[in-house]
This record gives sequence, C-alpha cells and structure tokens, in this order.
Amino acid sequence: MLMFRRGSRRLRNFRTLSSEARMKTKADSLAEQKSYRTMNLFTAVNDAMDIAMEQDDEVIVFGEDVKFGGVFRCCIGLNEKYGDERVFNTPLCEQGIIGFGIGAAAAGAKPVAEIQFADYIHPAFDQIVNEAAKYRYRSGNEFNSGGLTIRTPYGAVGHGGLYHSQSPEAYFCHSAGIKVVVPRSPAQAKGLLLSSIFAPDPVLFMEPKWLYRTAVEEVMEGDYRIPLDSAEVIREGTDVTVIGWGAQLQVLTKAADEAKANHGISCEIIDLRTLSPWDEDTVIESVEKTGRCVVSHEAPLQGGFGAEIASTIQEKCFYHLQAPIKRVCGYDTPFPLAFEKFYVPDHLKNYDAIVNVVEESC
Amino acid sequence: DNPPAMMGPARVVASPSLPLLRSRRLASPGFLLAGAAILSATALSVFSFLSNGHAQNVGAPAAAGLQARTIGGVPGVGMRQYLSGLKGKGMAAFGGERGIRAKIPSPSAVEIGVEDTTSTQTSVSPLDSETAGALYEDMHLGRKFEDATAQWYQRGKVFGFVHLANGQEAISSGAIKQLRPDDYICSTYRDHIHALSKGCDPKEVMAELFAKKTGICNGQGGSMHMFSKKHNMLGGFAFIGEGIPVALGAAFQTRYRRDALKDPNADQVTLAFFGDGTSNVGQFAECLNMASLYKLPIVFVVENNLWAIGMYHYRATAPHLGDQLPHIYKKGPAFGMPGVNVDGMDVVAVREAIGKAVARARAGEGPTLIEAETYRYRGHSLADPDQLRSPEEKERFAKMDPIEKFRAYCLENNLLTEEQLKEYENKAEAKVQEAVEFADNSPKPDKSQLLNNVFADPKGFGVDENGKYRYQNPDFMAKSAAAGLQQ
Repeated sequence: MLMFRRGSRRLRNFRTLSSEARMKTKADSLAEQKSYRTMNLFTAVNDAMDIAMEQDDEVIVFGEDVKFGGVFRCCIGLNEKYGDERVFNTPLCEQGIIGFGIGAAAAGAKPVAEIQFADYIHPAFDQIVNEAAKYRYRSGNEFNSGGLTIRTPYGAVGHGGLYHSQSPEAYFCHSAGIKVVVPRSPAQAKGLLLSSIFAPDPVLFMEPKWLYRTAVEEVMEGDYRIPLDSAEVIREGTDVTVIGWGAQLQVLTKAADEAKANHGISCEIIDLRTLSPWDEDTVIESVEKTGRCVVSHEAPLQGGFGAEIASTIQEKCFYHLQAPIKRVCGYDTPFPLAFEKFYVPDHLKNYDAIVNVVEESC
Repeated sequence: DNPPAMMGPARVVASPSLPLLRSRRLASPGFLLAGAAILSATALSVFSFLSNGHAQNVGAPAAAGLQARTIGGVPGVGMRQYLSGLKGKGMAAFGGERGIRAKIPSPSAVEIGVEDTTSTQTSVSPLDSETAGALYEDMHLGRKFEDATAQWYQRGKVFGFVHLANGQEAISSGAIKQLRPDDYICSTYRDHIHALSKGCDPKEVMAELFAKKTGICNGQGGSMHMFSKKHNMLGGFAFIGEGIPVALGAAFQTRYRRDALKDPNADQVTLAFFGDGTSNVGQFAECLNMASLYKLPIVFVVENNLWAIGMYHYRATAPHLGDQLPHIYKKGPAFGMPGVNVDGMDVVAVREAIGKAVARARAGEGPTLIEAETYRYRGHSLADPDQLRSPEEKERFAKMDPIEKFRAYCLENNLLTEEQLKEYENKAEAKVQEAVEFADNSPKPDKSQLLNNVFADPKGFGVDENGKYRYQNPDFMAKSAAAGLQQ
C-alpha cells in the first residue's frame, strides 16, 4: 500500500530545493517501478472498485442502473466479474439506497452506493445527515456506518441545467461525521476512492462528471491509496494562494497560467481533496507565505464551502493577509439552463480575481 | 395530526379482498382456460428469465410462451368487439400479464378493487367524429413534435437532457384532452406531449426547448420543466416522484376551496403522471396514502413503459403477494383507492378509464390509481443509445403503435374518413413546422434574466457597493471579463 506522504513543514521551507526534488519521495521512487495505464476518470473509478472488490469480499456495489455499467460507465464489467449478489441494481429510491447502505455497513459490509447524479441526493439527505453521520456518535461506538461510501457525479457539464449540474458539497460539509472527498483527476480518483472505501468513516465521494471522459492520465496499476484529510499543493507559488477542488482546478490552473503570462503573478494552487475535515494546516501555511487568497467553487456563493475556508483563514492568518479574501463562485440562483456560461466561475472570472487581489493589496 | 375537521371521518373505500377475487375469477370457465394459458406461459417466461437474469442485455422475459397481443384469445379482434365486451362493466377492463392481452369480454370480467360506480357517475361521452378528430390530431402533433425535437437536437438547437415520448401519445391525448381547462396536470421530464395535450402552444413549447426568451418558461426551464399558468400545467419535473406531492397539493387546494371556502365551483381535478420506476419511490406511497385519507380529487396515472433507463420493470418492482409479475395498479387498494389497469396503447380505452376516474374525483368520491401499459419507442433520452432493450421487444411493441391503431379504429367505425385523417395530419405537421420556425427566430434570453425570479422581490439580491439594488445595475454582468463571451 503506497502512501504519498506530504513533506513536513520544515522540509517545505527549504526553498533551495527545486519543486521536483522536494516532491520526490520514497513513494515516488517505488512508483517508478510500477506499470501505468492510460485511463480516464470513469476507468480509474472502475479500476478502483474492481481492486477493492477483489481484495475484500465485503465490498458491494449498488445503485440505479449500475448493473449494465452505469450511465457514466463507472461500473462496467463489475457485475460480470463479481455476480449479482455483489453488484446489483436498486429500484428508484435514493433514500432507500442510502438507508439500506447504512444498515449494511452497520452489519459489517463495505457498500459502495451510487447516486446517479448529485442532484438526486436530496431525498437521501436525511439518511446521510441524520443516520450515516451520527451512527458512531450516538451509539457510543457500538456501531458505525464507516463501511459506507457514496459515489456521485457532481458539477456542471455544459448542458445539464438545474438538475444535472449541482454541487451540493456544502450541505454535507456541515454535518460532522461524514467525510466529503473530491478528486481532481483519474490518478487522484483511484487512490482517493480506494482510501474512501476502506476508510473507517462514511465517505461521500463526489466525482466531477465533466471529467469522466475528458480527463485522461497515466494511472498506476494495482492498489494504491491517497490519504484522506490532506490537501495537496499542486503548484508552488509566492504571490497568491488559489484554492479549489475537483474539476475547478482545471479552471484555476488556466487562470493562473494567464496571470503568470500577463502579469507575472505566481500562484500557489491547492487542491483540498477532502473537504470535510479539511486540511487547514496546508492552507494556512500557504496563506501565511503569500498573504493573498482566492477560493473558487461552482456551488453558489452564499453558504458555499468557500465561506468556511475564507472565515478560517481570516481568523488564523489575519495579520498575514494583504488583501481581502476573494471567493469566485456561482451566483445565488438555481443552476441555470441557458446561462450556464455566465453562471459558472470560469477562468476569466478567476483571472480577474487573481489580478485584482494582487492589485488591491496593501 | 388529525386531518382538519372539514374532511369528516376518513372513509376507506371498500375493496374486494384477494380470496374473493380469486373465487370470482375461477367461476368463469372462459377465464379458467385463458387463465391456465396465461399462467403456464408466464411461469415459463418468468422462470426462464430468472435463470437468464445475469445476462447484461436481457430485454423482455425470454420469449417462450409470450404471444403477440390478442384480444379475447383471437388475434386481430377489432376495437368495437372489444369495447362492446366492456359495456356495462364500470371501469375499464383488467389487463392480463404483460404481453398477453387476453381481455375476455365475459360477464364475469372483474374490476380490481372498484366499487360499482355506474350509479353515481356520468359515463364518458361517446366518441364522435369531432372528438376523434381532435384526439387524432393531438396524437399526431405529439409524435411529429417529438420527432422534430430529435431532429433539431441533432442540429444543436435543442440541447441539454431531452426525453421524448414517442409511443406514449395515447395516454397523453386520451387522458388530458377530456379535461377542463381549469383542471391541473403534473408531469415528469417526459412532458412535451403532456403540455401540448393540455393546450400549451407548440410554438412556446418548442421555444422553451430552444431555450429562447419566448419559451413557455422564458427559457428558464428547458425540456424537463414545462409550466403553464394559463393551462394549469404544474410542470415538468426532472426528479422522479417530485411531481406527485405537488399534484396532491393542488388537489388539496381544490377541496379546501370547496369545503372550507364554500366555493361551489371548486371541482377541479388534478392528474399526476409518472412512470413505473417512480412507483418505488417513497413519495408515491406517501401521496397515495394522503390522497386516500383526505379524499382528494386526484387521479394517479402510471405510464408503465417497462423501462426506467436501464431497469426493467420486472426486475425493479416486487410482485403482489401471490402474483408472478408485478402490477402497479394493485397498489391502489392497499392505500384505499381503486386500482385500474388499462392498455396504454389504446387511446379509446385510456379515455374511458381516465374519464371515469376524473368523474369520480370531481364528484368528491376520492382518488384512483390507473396503470396504463405502454412503451417508448425511443431511448430514455436523446443521449441514450438504447442498447438495453432487445430488438424483438421493440418490434413487438412497434406493432402496437397507438396512432396506427386509432387510425384503423376511426376508419373501421366510420368516425373519420381517409381525407379527414390526412387533413388532421397536415394540420399537426403545419403546427410543428410553425413552432420550429418561431423558436428558431426567437431571441435568446437577456443576461439579466439570470437573476430574475429567484425570490419574488428582485431586491432580494441586495444592494451593491454603490447603494443601488443589484438587479438595477445594467453592468451587473458586464463588469466581468465573462461579459464578452458569446452565448
């Protein structure tokens, strides 16, 4: 089981080391000996479930339409390989699916429940927030629903409209007891999903549906885990800390490139990976270094998870901040049908924010 | 909580218990024979498909034993004979096991769970030429409209998630055309033809699909969200099962106006449409219970087209105790209302069944659950490659095209001539053509429309740095670099 270790704080402050040298860990050297395969996001997710089911008989996969492979092809081949007892369709009842998953987890299984679109998770909201998140707490650790992993595609896809584009992560970050994990790429998705399935806590694993086919990467074969509860600095920088998760990082990277090209602004880009509980230390350390912050997510501005990040940063790094924290998010409207291009926080809005936060700083 | 006093004591509609049902059925010799045939056929088919259950692309249960659709055991018996067999039996006839429509027009044909309502209800008005013509035109309009939608989707003008209802026109036309303008309907994401049948202008519906400003919802909703205040269409729901409680609320409001506000004209009926997969959603059960408890003027119409994307009805729904195959209509009596099965490919039967249920509701006798068996000729949505259903199944149901059937029925019963039928077809096609042109030439919504209607008061968006209401600021969108984007 390979772990990508984050370097300790002391190590990272050695600016004399190039980022390549600093990033290379023992795990990386081992990784070089492994074989890789080109995968897109749904193939990586499929591979992770395959590996998990092979390793542990308690892993079961269910949801709507998973038997033929799922509407996004994430479950292709699993039913053929593991049979109807372990990979099966449920009727159309999200509340039932999740409640059933919680019970199965409490009895020792490791269910991987699929909610077909994150927009449909709301009937199951009660079960997730009131049962899954509180099971261990209120039973005094007699029982827990840690085996449960809920996989769901989220986010804008270009033509989804109100009910195929939502990002409901904030509602669940507000309930302690359930983890919310969002991968940004196929390689990350595989490692994070494997960690989520075997995590001792219930995990809501939100896959950016826009990236299912469009994100292609060399993904290591075999079992590897990426630790939950840790953020990753995917690009080092000195001027602005830019924080995002999931598909939004593609947008942020593009905006950062443009800011670098046009204004010479060096952005430090952080992928939170796990939103609840989130890796405050990495973020705080970064903001203390740069003094400026931009947070971006597709979900609406008011009450979005960016608000939690901004609030914590102002609390803990107030005296390091040189400009107000900017949040570049969706508007406070339902996700629109015809206005999607205006609604989403695209690279232009983020570019504006990055440039403005530098220009406005004292 | 007790229901409000105006409701009176809850009265459960008596329904015959199962043992009684069985004995009545066995009493008929004609039925026995047919029953034996049905049972053996379905037993064969059920067992063979259970053992084939692992195959990924299972279409209909293994074809062994399932015959082509017949009436009265005789292939090709016409509508007239079938309908004459139904006369005087109250609600529309029962349905046989799926795929075997052995409707026996014998005196002991049983209505499942229905009181004798013929004494209190006005019967459905007989089909005359004018009504038949309107029905035919509406069905043809629905079909052509959906085909045009598919065409323009390929050309990129219609976008998003679009779900077409080819094959289900009989239910839409048969059920909705007979409603009053002030009756309500609540639909699903497969709602284009429901909107058309209710009277919405095809131009506005098409413009909504094109997401134009002139659309029925100003381009805000799209394919899955057709609303019309004028025609009392309560939507268009992307989320399955979400429309049923909404319909229930509208039905409640009617009862409230009649009983609490003493409005004698409040006798509107609400129709809630949903699919076979939705009958497994919790909201379905909750709503049937409440409708029965409060005796609401609502008719629940299940459009059972056998497939919920990739989930076959027989693998998704458990059968009633003692049955081999699931029947959604049998869930009605469990909740205190009649459950009726009707052939959803037969617009005349649908019209009759729903007409009677609507009359029941309007007279204050409570809700009805109607299961209309139908099929969709296209995939679940336009993005669905439709590889899961077997070609044999598709072919079998293609032969039951409701429009062709009704056409033959009209000709056979001298309701309409060939020329009249052609005229209605041309009218429908002209409407669709007009709708497409209108939609294509309509303007797109303004950027400022993004913020409209989130709250009732646009000031709900608050005040910007300059002390003005945000929605008043013409630069609200223009300030960002995104304003330069082409839509």
